Amino acid sequence: MQYWSPGSIEEAVGLLSETGATTRALAGGTDLLAQIRIGGQAPERVIDLKRIPELGRIDVDAQGFRIGAAVCSAEIGEHEELRAAWPGVVEAAELIGSTQIQGRASLGGNLCNASPAADSVPALIAAGATCTLAGPDGRREVRVEDVVLGPGQTSLALGEIVVDFRLPRPQYRTGDAYLRLIPRSEMDIAVVGAGVCLSLDRDGHCTACRVALGAVAPRPILVAGAGEALVGHAVEGDALAALSAAASAATDPIDDMRGTRDYRIRVAGVMARRAAVIAAERAASRV
Amino acid sequence: MKRHVVATIDGEHAEFLCDDGQTLLDVLRDVLHRTGTKEGCGTGDCGACSVIVDGRLVCSCLMLAAEVEGREVETAISISNGDTLHPLQRRFLEDAALQCGVCTPGFLVAAKALLDRNLDPSESEVRFWLAGNLCRCTGYDKIVRSVLETAAELRGGTG
Amino acid sequence: MSEEAKFRWIGTRVVRPDGVDKVTGRATYGADFALPDMLWGRVLRSPHAHARILSVDTSRALAHDGVEAVITSQDLPDIPSEEAFVGEQPTNFRELSHNVMARGKVLYHGHALAAVAATTPEIAASALDLIEVDYEVLPHVLDMPAAMAASAPSLHRDLEPAGFAAGATVPPNVSRRIELGHGEPDQGFAAADVVVEREFTTKPVHQGYIEPHACLVQANPDDDITIWSSSQGHFMVRAYTAKLLGIELSKVRAIPAEIGGGFGGKTTVYLEPLAAQLSRISGRPVKMVMSREEVFRATGPALGTRIRVKMGCKQDGRLTGAEAVLHYEAGAFPGSPVQAGAMTMFAPYELEHVRVTGYDVLVNKPKTAAYRAPGAPMGAFAVETVIDELAEKLEIDPIELRLRNAARKGTQAPFGPRYREIGCVETLEALRSHPHYTAPLGPNQGRGVALGFWFNAGMQSSAGLNVNEDGSVSVISGNPDIGGSRASLALMAAEEMGIDYEKVGAWIADTASIGFSDITGGSRVTFATGMAVVEAARDVKRQLCERAAAIWEVEPERVKWVEGEARLEGEPDREPLGLVDLAQRAARTGGPISGRASLTARGVGMAFGAHICDVEVDPETGRVEVIRYTAVQDAGRAIHPSYVEGQMQGGAAQGIGWALNEEYVYDEDGKMCNPSFLDYRMPVASDLPMIDTVIVEVPNPRHPYGVRGVGEVPIVPPIPAVVNAVHAATGVRYFDLPLSPPRVLAGIEAAADRGA
Repeated sequence: MQYWSPGSIEEAVGLLSETGATTRALAGGTDLLAQIRIGGQAPERVIDLKRIPELGRIDVDAQGFRIGAAVCSAEIGEHEELRAAWPGVVEAAELIGSTQIQGRASLGGNLCNASPAADSVPALIAAGATCTLAGPDGRREVRVEDVVLGPGQTSLALGEIVVDFRLPRPQYRTGDAYLRLIPRSEMDIAVVGAGVCLSLDRDGHCTACRVALGAVAPRPILVAGAGEALVGHAVEGDALAALSAAASAATDPIDDMRGTRDYRIRVAGVMARRAAVIAAERAASRV
Repeated sequence: MKRHVVATIDGEHAEFLCDDGQTLLDVLRDVLHRTGTKEGCGTGDCGACSVIVDGRLVCSCLMLAAEVEGREVETAISISNGDTLHPLQRRFLEDAALQCGVCTPGFLVAAKALLDRNLDPSESEVRFWLAGNLCRCTGYDKIVRSVLETAAELRGGTG
Repeated sequence: MSEEAKFRWIGTRVVRPDGVDKVTGRATYGADFALPDMLWGRVLRSPHAHARILSVDTSRALAHDGVEAVITSQDLPDIPSEEAFVGEQPTNFRELSHNVMARGKVLYHGHALAAVAATTPEIAASALDLIEVDYEVLPHVLDMPAAMAASAPSLHRDLEPAGFAAGATVPPNVSRRIELGHGEPDQGFAAADVVVEREFTTKPVHQGYIEPHACLVQANPDDDITIWSSSQGHFMVRAYTAKLLGIELSKVRAIPAEIGGGFGGKTTVYLEPLAAQLSRISGRPVKMVMSREEVFRATGPALGTRIRVKMGCKQDGRLTGAEAVLHYEAGAFPGSPVQAGAMTMFAPYELEHVRVTGYDVLVNKPKTAAYRAPGAPMGAFAVETVIDELAEKLEIDPIELRLRNAARKGTQAPFGPRYREIGCVETLEALRSHPHYTAPLGPNQGRGVALGFWFNAGMQSSAGLNVNEDGSVSVISGNPDIGGSRASLALMAAEEMGIDYEKVGAWIADTASIGFSDITGGSRVTFATGMAVVEAARDVKRQLCERAAAIWEVEPERVKWVEGEARLEGEPDREPLGLVDLAQRAARTGGPISGRASLTARGVGMAFGAHICDVEVDPETGRVEVIRYTAVQDAGRAIHPSYVEGQMQGGAAQGIGWALNEEYVYDEDGKMCNPSFLDYRMPVASDLPMIDTVIVEVPNPRHPYGVRGVGEVPIVPPIPAVVNAVHAATGVRYFDLPLSPPRVLAGIEAAADRGA
């Protein structure tokens, strides 16, 4: 295996565009290196993206936040302004593995590993995040929900990398939250993950709501019906029950050693409902 | 061909040759013979190989050795100051916070990384910070107590 | 005089002798050794659960650059069947040999069938891919009902089932039937007011030690073999390696590395014989280290079980009878701890009528190994859950019900003998009076209690005690220190010698440097090896008195060893002679002063533990959180209370993991699906509360310091304590482990459907 650590996006894209050798991009490496170790992957070349300055920074301006794709989760968690604006996204990033994993794992890696159970992805989808891709044909901006196609599969073209994630400044009375169910309290892959971002009007009625789920389908999914079930209503009672039911109904999970299909269907609704309640509390506390 | 890497390891200038596929853990143990960093799983799930790289706690099994070029690595060896034990090490001994001891270097590195950031952690913060370090012997009770007591001692309390 | 005042060192919380090594990373474990010119060994493992090996072609691997040796079973002697009892589970050397390297058939996914030694680990790994194996895949059996079905494929054609009556129909793959007990349970049930009968299942679980198996072996051309390895007994490593290679024990020296956890799982060998043979062929030292995945796939987990229990009770809370049928999964070779399970499950109770029948069943899974109180936690799960149900039905407090039936001195144990001094009642009373038992609970919370028993082991131990030239003392023993035993041995030596603990060094000698010592297992080291240390110290004291008598030119009988010095009886003004004086004069009074003891330890103190567990159950997700936990245990006497507490806390944590989330998950092909610490979910720090401990001390009169073994008892009560707590929180009884969230939620929903 060869290791490359390009210093620029152009150089990285060039290396990743070459054919003839199996090549993988390396961000935090917490999935890739573990897979190499157990023989799940054996790339001939890995291209380390962490020495590219643009991928390693969080920038804030009047429009919002730009999170470099290789910024580690611990650094995301330490960014007070980001945490205040998008607590759901930050708590999701902070759920990716242990403290040690946090020191390496990145949003870019979590997305491109393309696991249906990735924690940060439902939170980013719910928050309406976009990401910037750079490739041989230049740059493009895509919605996070359009990146993962299925287990291990993304819509990235040959040579493309994720450069950064973009989040706006949150709108008036908007809050987000992410919850997952794992059997342990840490060090687990989500059996179900639910990200919710919603906005309230002055009276506490929901004006917009996005619900995204992880680990209940071949890829993280945006459940439009679940969000719509809440719009126009206070975040309580029947409206929440409708959100919960819509979330469960939208799932198509598998049976595996982490959870049964029936269990995931059932708990998806529970996690979505609980995340919505937290998001609503956060939204209500904002002026 | 081997790769030549220059880094600072436990405060010392270090140079080594490695294969691109070797992890930092492989190099620490098999090339530099710093066997105080342990391998329990090789996939980042047990924390026995914990080290601090440029101030961040990481699993050395989930980092390529080539990645540490120019970086600063602290292993369990860095915790004590020569022959003077770090208060965490002393507490671990006094409180019997180890049984077999194989996870201990990783726990100490992780606990030190916590106390370097937060000298007043709650029990829950200690438990979640250390959730990536597996111990099968102690049930964690005496480990968590040792970390809390060390924090109190370092704050200047009665400990 | 109070107990405390009697001792100067026993019961103190000193720093362990090997502590600084272990907090500075200097301690050397199995994988920490290296030699010049060393090769790296790797093992080729079966991709099938059951297959005939038609051919193995190693020629391409051997031709690979950097490969120095390749072995298969053809390179190991085909040894005869020979039973051995070393450790906590019976061992047959022929079966052990076939487990270490498959011969003719592979019997489980992960079964070793070839090994390679090469100049780097990477070359060794890639050489494995060059070994060509032709398999004839055979049908396999993964669970006991399938294994015992009339049409089931047999794992071993030459199996000779034991314990069946002549002419009895023996189901396939049953290697042994056992039966024990006394009285007529049916009479007991007829006299009962309430009878509860339930069936329980548990899955295989792994010991989960953090250090993977590892060794370094150097074979010399004269066939002397030196082994550095991490194990629960280097004499076991020596014997097993020599036996499997067909050489004499005197040719092999096993040097104990520090051991990074074992819990019974390191009471056998997997790598050492292979590394030794690779070293013999290559002429170079060979190091082998398992990956975590190999540890899960191919080393002994603890077994899965199916247990049926029936118990009857009178309205007044007196148990009238008990009966159980155990099916214990041995794995691919005979030898589950079904006997121990049968002996322990009803052991805490006085029962007039009790009968247990057990079966040792073969399946296409790894050969199981001992795990902390082997076989007992599953039996306790079944019995203690039924007792909890009886208490509920009879509306008797569950601790009270246990106390009304608790074993006492003179009670006949289900396995035959009458108990001598035991602390079952004292343990239960301490549990009942603990404030935890009456603390308030919140919504969705529940509390469970359970009682557990373990025999503890005696077996053989050796110890030496040398008086050094400066008057300090070195204690030498032959048992790997798995959790602080150096400290307990040094404490007993200091106490016995009447000297400062700081003057005592504690060392573990290799197989060439100390007499035979059985494994570190069975909770026996502080008890049995401690007994040897005390005897060795008494030997030394006798010699010291003789030396003093020679110096004073008096009869040795007039010299007494008191408070660390020789005193002449009847002459209080005579300046006593201390260790320093006598050590300095040793050369002129008869030479070095050293004591030794080699013994079979008798008088083992059986022990009881009782636990209280509080859980909170999320009714919508079935997730269980342990929120408070208390463990009470009779330690006889706690030599080093901190390490006794540590055993109790660690055992409780392992039992909680077993109850809630740990399990081997297999696919249809017999491949384990979760061979990693990510998916085999052992408790992490944030999963557990502090684990309160209460040490009860009912001294074992047949140990010089009253010691009972403490290591294993604490894993016996946790499973039923957790399960009973979940019942208290949800109203649902669970009979199948683990109580993972999907199972718990399914139980809650089924109960709601029934109620609706």
